[in-house]
Amino acid sequence: MAVPIAYYLVLSAILFSIGVGAFLIKRNIITVFMSIELMLNAVNLSFVAFAYQWHRVQGQIFVFFVMVVAAAEAVVGLAIIIAIFRSRSTLNVDQVNLMKL
Amino acid sequence: MSLLIFFLLSCLKIAVVLAIFLGAVAYTVLLERKLVGRIQNRWGPTRVGPFGLWQPMADGLKLFLKEDLIPTGVYRPLYILAPMIALGCALISIAVIPFGARITWHGVDMFEVANVNIGLLVILGVTSVGVYGIALAGWSSNNKYSLLGALRASAQVISYELALGLSLVGVVLRAGSLNLRTIVGSQSAHGLLSWNVFGGFQFVAFFIYLMAAYAETNRAPFDLPEAETELTAGYHTEYSSMKFAMFFMAEYANMITVGCVATLLFFGGWTSPFGSLLPAFGGIFLQAIVPVFWFVFKVFCFLFLYIWVRGTLPRLRYDQLMGFGWKFLMPLAIANILATSLWLALRSA
Amino acid sequence: MHLVLFIFFGGLCVAGALNLLLQRHPINSALSLIVVMSSLAVLYLLLGAEFLAAAQVIVYSGAIMVLFTFVIMLLNAGKEERTHGSRAAYMVGIPGVAVLVSLLAFIFLSARSHLAQARLGEYVVSTSDLSKVLFRDLLLPFEVTSLLILIAILGAVALASREH
Repeated sequence: MAVPIAYYLVLSAILFSIGVGAFLIKRNIITVFMSIELMLNAVNLSFVAFAYQWHRVQGQIFVFFVMVVAAAEAVVGLAIIIAIFRSRSTLNVDQVNLMKL
Repeated sequence: MSLLIFFLLSCLKIAVVLAIFLGAVAYTVLLERKLVGRIQNRWGPTRVGPFGLWQPMADGLKLFLKEDLIPTGVYRPLYILAPMIALGCALISIAVIPFGARITWHGVDMFEVANVNIGLLVILGVTSVGVYGIALAGWSSNNKYSLLGALRASAQVISYELALGLSLVGVVLRAGSLNLRTIVGSQSAHGLLSWNVFGGFQFVAFFIYLMAAYAETNRAPFDLPEAETELTAGYHTEYSSMKFAMFFMAEYANMITVGCVATLLFFGGWTSPFGSLLPAFGGIFLQAIVPVFWFVFKVFCFLFLYIWVRGTLPRLRYDQLMGFGWKFLMPLAIANILATSLWLALRSA
Repeated sequence: MHLVLFIFFGGLCVAGALNLLLQRHPINSALSLIVVMSSLAVLYLLLGAEFLAAAQVIVYSGAIMVLFTFVIMLLNAGKEERTHGSRAAYMVGIPGVAVLVSLLAFIFLSARSHLAQARLGEYVVSTSDLSKVLFRDLLLPFEVTSLLILIAILGAVALASREH
């Protein structure tokens, strides 16, 4: 029983769109950040699907790099979130709207 | 049809391996109590059954029949989920561990539940996910001591995961594969001398692995997060009866897994130390069973070492613990990788 | 068999992602994201990427999400409040997402005949194949990535340390 690669791509599209929706809708800054991770994972899935399609390993290596970059970005982003929380005591994106500390 | 046979035999294997593993966990508790007792110059449990051998049954019955208290302020879904994650992850890693030579029956490997090409990474991954059991238990308990204990324990576990993973790279370099059967196969040439810890020159890596594993399982000199005198009981303060028993079993199951991985990677797994010096005696059945006995004996030696260290060494303070992991073990593990790859490159040049 | 596994774990991914969207408390969103990542690891296994599946569990589920969980626990993030900004986001967000997903799905499904069929075990990439390309052809990106991680560590320590 074979699964067409198109189905994997559609799944990746669904996950990406849900990530975009969560990014726009959620008000908690950490949840917004998690939706970015969800979008990156959706893209990883389409990379692996295409690596299968063309029988090339480079697709999987790109996923490896995306994972590393996502890890670095998560670390720095969470450090920024902690710094914002320390100065404003809120995690709501709507209340972080002044440049003044 | 063969898929059905494979499925049924796999279910049978899983059931047998789990039953033996859980029995081993229960008797490791007894072994610990007796050994720590003898180190402290007293008998361990001796009343229940001959030499206290029925003590685990009594313990299990007691824990099962205790009242299961759930405090009011806890975050219930995570409070109930956390011990399940801890025990589940502790029991999953036995699936990729081979404890005997490759002997197939109806095309199914008898002495390993699942022969995965990335077996070593599966064990590392399951250890990484096991952190959630601790972290979520501490947070959901709505208790300051639990939260502090959980944060300390999780920080300790994720710090030592690094040294643990890096120390295993030397072994993987020598074997050329992440498959546990292949790694043992690369050590089976000349008996004792070709084991990774001796002939493979991985004694530094073994040393690092052992200490990182002691810290990973929150035991021996690194058990500050759950020490009874320190933070009441750390992350499992608010747990009672079956949930506490699950954490307890998870800890001992992790100990046994660490022992299994150490024998497979550094001490030749199921190969006998005499190698091919002794003539092969007995029939096919004996040939299949004797390696399993060697494996169990080596794991038993590791458990003995674990409990011996627990009974002898004093506890490390938390900052000493973290400094040790990050500033000593990790650079040493990286140096070991460098040295091993240099040796292998020069040997093949 | 492959189809059954794909539908089960794909459904689990979508359910986890929807749960991330719908839950009010961030810890529930974090746990659903962990479920999504673990299901994605299984999907990678179905596509023959065994090392990537292990790396997904170790790096994403076991390290990055632990970091998120720690931050949620330490900052004691409570349930989300509804503020005035979220109304506009609902009105733009939900139709926008629906348009995006239908457009992408239409494109992918109409190209279905040009793409291959995935079969279990047909193309399995071993770790040695992956590492041969990574450490020979793509050595420079690899080294640059390690530099990137170093910079990220320094940045995080500098940002999160208390000012004296």
